[in-house]
Amino acid sequence: MASENQRPDPRQWVMAHADYLYNYALSRLNNEEQAKDLVQETFLAALEKVDKFEGKSSERTWLTAILKNKVIDVYRKKSSGLRPTEDVKEAEHDQQDFFDAEDGHWNVNNRPKAFGVENCDPLVDKEFNHILQRCMQKLPALWMAVFTMKHIDDATTDIICTELKVTQANFWVIIHRAKLNLRACLQKNWI
Amino acid sequence: MNPLRNTIYNCKQATFLIEKKQIKKLSFREVIFLKIHFIQCTVCKLYEKQSIAIGRLVRQLFHDATQKPETHLGDDVKHDMQERINEELNKN
Repeated sequence: MASENQRPDPRQWVMAHADYLYNYALSRLNNEEQAKDLVQETFLAALEKVDKFEGKSSERTWLTAILKNKVIDVYRKKSSGLRPTEDVKEAEHDQQDFFDAEDGHWNVNNRPKAFGVENCDPLVDKEFNHILQRCMQKLPALWMAVFTMKHIDDATTDIICTELKVTQANFWVIIHRAKLNLRACLQKNWI
Repeated sequence: MNPLRNTIYNCKQATFLIEKKQIKKLSFREVIFLKIHFIQCTVCKLYEKQSIAIGRLVRQLFHDATQKPETHLGDDVKHDMQERINEELNKN
């Protein structure tokens, strides 16, 4: 593992960071081939600007920042913020059943029921994590992009809207819908 | 129809605000809306608990993915990657 504030040593990069970067990309893209390619691209892009590396952050943080931008590029390509793609249409359709169209009440069949996550103790369960992963993979690409940028990377709302070309209003709608779908999927598959 | 029924008892609107609240400070109006809504709606209260917990679990999942990775690149893949880097280095 590279220590902080040192000159980068590209001859050690793969050994020191490849697995870390690969898992970073894989958790966000769920595509092994794509994740692998992005890691390779990250190393090559980093080489080109290695002179500019000032050692203000660790080598790993610096490489991760480069990779993060590449992941956002993929998100952007996968989803157009302007027209709803097929996956979005499908996910929205699933949602029509959540609330009564008239009064906005929960429909009986889709009402939240306690299913274990609401207890305070951290639920560290391999099988649960597996379902959580599967449910996230079902989210439309654009929703997944907004969701991870906000909840995992703590990006500001302005940055997300600019990067993914969504309006502020649409941002909030997506944040709402992504969580509704994720919660419903967990309840359905975990009980 | 009573317009109040249509707004303050609207669970779709309430869950929207529950999500917003986790990211941004709600306006006074929105805070009051949720407070009143929660008085009579235990389902949305449960939703809020679950929503916050799911957010935490997702963060944990992503954290573990890099800190305690279960997937590793094969040695041959890594070898090729380092070769590409070395190639570039040797060009200069």
